[in-house]
Amino acid sequence: MLAIQILIDGFAISTLYALGALGFTLIFGVSGVLNLAHGGLMVIAAMIAWYVGTSIGLGPYVGAAAGLAVCLVAALVTYGGIVRPIENSRAVPAHERELFVLTATLLWGVMIQEALSYAFTNSPITVQPLIAGTVSILGVRTPINEIFIAAVAWAVMGALWLLVNRTRIGRRLLAASINPRALTLLGFELDQIYLFVWVIYGLLAGIAGVLLGSFLGSGSGYVPGLTGSAFTIVVLGGLGSVSGTLIAAYIVGYIETLTAYLVSPSLREVPALILLVVVIYMRPQGLLGRR
Amino acid sequence: MSTIPKSRLVALAVFLIVLALFPLGANGYILGVLTTAFYFAVFAMSWDLLFGYAGEVNFGPTFLIGLGAYGAGMSNALLGLPVPLAVVVGAIVAVAGGVALAIPALRLSGPYLGLITLVSVLLLQQAIVIFAGVTGGEIGLSVPDVLSISSAVNYEYALAFMLVSGLILFLISRSSLGMILQAAGQDQVAAAALGFNATRHKILAFAVSALFSGLAGAFLVFYLGTASVSAVVDISIGVRVIIAAVLGGRRTIIGGAIGSVFLIVAGELLRPIGQLSTFVVALIALVVIVLFPDGLLGLLPHRRGA
Repeated sequence: MLAIQILIDGFAISTLYALGALGFTLIFGVSGVLNLAHGGLMVIAAMIAWYVGTSIGLGPYVGAAAGLAVCLVAALVTYGGIVRPIENSRAVPAHERELFVLTATLLWGVMIQEALSYAFTNSPITVQPLIAGTVSILGVRTPINEIFIAAVAWAVMGALWLLVNRTRIGRRLLAASINPRALTLLGFELDQIYLFVWVIYGLLAGIAGVLLGSFLGSGSGYVPGLTGSAFTIVVLGGLGSVSGTLIAAYIVGYIETLTAYLVSPSLREVPALILLVVVIYMRPQGLLGRR
Repeated sequence: MSTIPKSRLVALAVFLIVLALFPLGANGYILGVLTTAFYFAVFAMSWDLLFGYAGEVNFGPTFLIGLGAYGAGMSNALLGLPVPLAVVVGAIVAVAGGVALAIPALRLSGPYLGLITLVSVLLLQQAIVIFAGVTGGEIGLSVPDVLSISSAVNYEYALAFMLVSGLILFLISRSSLGMILQAAGQDQVAAAALGFNATRHKILAFAVSALFSGLAGAFLVFYLGTASVSAVVDISIGVRVIIAAVLGGRRTIIGGAIGSVFLIVAGELLRPIGQLSTFVVALIALVVIVLFPDGLLGLLPHRRGA
């Protein structure tokens, strides 16, 4: 019984972690940016979905759409207002650009967190489930919403795979991650590609944020934790490696679920953090990373 | 190395004398705010030695600060060590932590090290909560002894500690160690080719940074009378240290002190707007980072051009 419960819950959580971390790794792979406001963007989506859907009462679907839209706008502001100005700034030396982007997006995440807690509430909220009801799987009562969440997340990841591997623009993204200079020489506008990848990122973070909010709840206090787990998963899997990210998401998701069920919910994050430290010491490039 | 003009030295001396005489005119509240700001200044200056000079992304300054604070607090509260000895214990614990952080720093760079340092803070925080029996857990650990109950005396202690630490850190940054760190931070291979042992210097930098972070954390505990996660370990404290150092101007050491005082005083002035004060402070720091990457000191004329 407990084993099946852990299996099901762990699967749903891991899938959402994978979806959330995928956008993070995509941005890094294509444009070399580590966005430490990631958790902030996910929570924006969840809190707007909650506010529009539950507080105003327009229903879960309108709420989810609103959350997604606002998250997309916030992602574009992150790119246009913070990342791009720093990358184009002549006052920032090239070798320090990465550190500046890290610090600036970290600050942006703090601002998002504070703004959300001021505008709405600083206590945790729960986004209304998109589908109500429960179903019994092998004797374990499981909310249909949980199955729906995992299905949506996998559908989105499938769509992303098709986009990257089967479309023209996707191939350009791939090319930009391998050799941006050659792409420029072939006459493609890098700025457009970066803008496009940030749009995809905004959508991914938004979907992951709304779904996570309807499963585990959300709130301004979740911002650092979500950024941390995305960062952990991506580094564990190998920066820029999509399959590594997926594997790492399931490892972290299941370790956390196991700890929460078998040891104590308050220690949830600890084993994954220790694993991360060990992996980084032994194999800095991550499980499937290339360096 | 540029020599500092005489007029500036005179101005600095006058400024320091005014600072030292502050308790004569100011009330306890203002002194309290500045005392905290001075300890914070040491956090930021220690961080600048690692980030500004060695180019190490340390997102976990509070790991070192927390080790110093809890090392000192626990040896005072549990073992009954007198304050000076407890501070020494705290500093030793922090330096050990600094060297432990330096080991991954030798192999990792940029985001990887950033993550490890971030994780170190999270693990320390969890450890404090798990071993609540001896650490006081989430409530905090009260220490029986304090530095002084007089706000004027506390202020003078903090001021003296900040000035001495700042001077030592500044001299280190201008010494061959600072130069070599800078060189290794920009191009490790080139620095090694010139015959410098980057490894040894990096460990040294971590140890020095940890020493001052730990000392400041320990003194802060005996000023506040309590060691708590929210005061010395939380990630948000670490973010503030980083903001202060970058805001003041990185790679200057003194910038960290200016940024800290600015940050803490601004936070107090913004107190009436309540919750939004953190937002405004983060916004100011973000604008400075994006538009003026050299920080407040970079706005002064007369600095070397970027």
